[in-house]
Amino acid sequence: MNKTFARRRDRLLIYKTMREGKITSTRRTRCSACGAESANLEWERAQQVCPKCGFHAPIDAYYRLSNILDPGSFQELEEKLSPADPLTFPDYPARLAELEEKTGLKDAAVAALGRVEGRGAVFAVLDSRFLMGSMGTAVGEKVTRATEYAGKKKLPLVIFSASGGARMQEGIFSLTQMAKTAAAIQRFQSGGGLYISCLTHPTTGGVTASFASLGDIMLAEPGALIGFAGPRVIEQTIKEQLPQGFQRAEYLLDHGFLDRIVPRSEWRAVLSQLLALHEKGGRS
Amino acid sequence: MSRFTPEEKVKIARHPERPGTADFIAALFTDFFEQKGDRLCGEDASILGGIARFHGWPVTVVGHRKGKNLEENLRCNFGMPSPEGYRKAQRLMKQAEKFGRPIITFVDTPGAYPGKEAEERGQGEAIAQCLALMSALEVPIISVITGEGGSGGALALAVANRVLMLEHAVYSVLSPEGFASILWKDASRADEACGVMKLTAQDLRRGGIVQGVLREPEEGAHTDWNAMFRTVDAALTRELAALDKLKGPALARQRYDMFRAMGRNLPRLGKEEP
Repeated sequence: MNKTFARRRDRLLIYKTMREGKITSTRRTRCSACGAESANLEWERAQQVCPKCGFHAPIDAYYRLSNILDPGSFQELEEKLSPADPLTFPDYPARLAELEEKTGLKDAAVAALGRVEGRGAVFAVLDSRFLMGSMGTAVGEKVTRATEYAGKKKLPLVIFSASGGARMQEGIFSLTQMAKTAAAIQRFQSGGGLYISCLTHPTTGGVTASFASLGDIMLAEPGALIGFAGPRVIEQTIKEQLPQGFQRAEYLLDHGFLDRIVPRSEWRAVLSQLLALHEKGGRS
Repeated sequence: MSRFTPEEKVKIARHPERPGTADFIAALFTDFFEQKGDRLCGEDASILGGIARFHGWPVTVVGHRKGKNLEENLRCNFGMPSPEGYRKAQRLMKQAEKFGRPIITFVDTPGAYPGKEAEERGQGEAIAQCLALMSALEVPIISVITGEGGSGGALALAVANRVLMLEHAVYSVLSPEGFASILWKDASRADEACGVMKLTAQDLRRGGIVQGVLREPEEGAHTDWNAMFRTVDAALTRELAALDKLKGPALARQRYDMFRAMGRNLPRLGKEEP
């Protein structure tokens, strides 16, 4: 199991760096935010956070999980769940096949069972490399099944969102995934389940307007763009420029929509603390 | 086959003379008592709601309101709600459950308002809470999509036991303009988008997204309001009577299961059925 995981992760990392063209030499990578070059080793040590400016570069789902979970505890769930093409949308199946080839993913979400410092939880992580992490029927179904699984096993649920919103190519079926996932979360929470929602760059549209906003605990990565409408749409609507930092994690924290901003290097510690605080059996 | 193309239906669905939520409330209900405000920070006129009687039966009614003239349009923000509107809707629906009243919603919005203040006050959170709340309420909920069912802003009032749709209403993941602009970076290809989006009542009925299509007068609801009112009245009466047989938990379960099934074993909408 873990050998498969490690192999997959390595392959994904290679694909990722190749695709993004981030490697300017084999040893150094330029930050897309500040432009400074740093050694790949430093990037890797900081879990792909720019060593110079602290920019949190997007990372894929497996890589994120590998940095959070106890070694050897990763167990993928619903790995075979595949997308559908309910509208017979032009070129969509070809695009899906191409992305599967490129990313090794069937769609934009990975679900897994894992442990953080010995405490078990169910994880769902969206992967922005796959059509911007947009939610079609497969993503909606996977998030729902992960939630149901957590409910059945009486485990906490941790979801990392990164999404452009509902997926256009699956039309109305994408829209109804919002109701489906929100309903599953609601049922899970009313049964006493703990849901920790972790928002990463970017989380917008139908994902923000469904499961991502419903956490018992709401966390986000520094600088993450989080909103319902995208900034471009808002600017076109109100015909003015938006202030600096609008819809960023720090802005949401100031407006009362987050409990805390968590730098990437601290996820494991913060999740561990929260899982421990919710452990059955009371006092430590 | 319908005699209107999807593009034509979008125009009919947006027709300024088409009966809206306020008209349906005035025609089909008695004793309407409007409830205002979200009890948090504001009142949003783009969502109209309150208590009323439907054939003598106390119900809670909530819907999007676009307004009938420019002044009203502006006051109602052309039917594009802010978080205050969705939070008012939540307040009214929770109350409906408390007092055991069925909920009837009328859906007609281009979408939730994409504005600066709306974002600041949590548009996404407000919609998400509507979805979560409606999925679990233990009273009957019937939604009627009367005009435009635009995006999450429409769905936020349409998590119902029965979702009905007027024959020429449309319901979609985004407006055709927004869809074209996201997928093809060209909002002027909206007409083309109407075709691929499968946003008509007939397509959605086939896809299991709506449970009933309500026949409109010859050239659309705007040409004969009274005929339209009679049809909607009959459908609501029929559905309410059917749902009245279910107990609270069974209502919540039926609604949950219906939405749970969407996107599993998908029917394909690309080809016409024989």
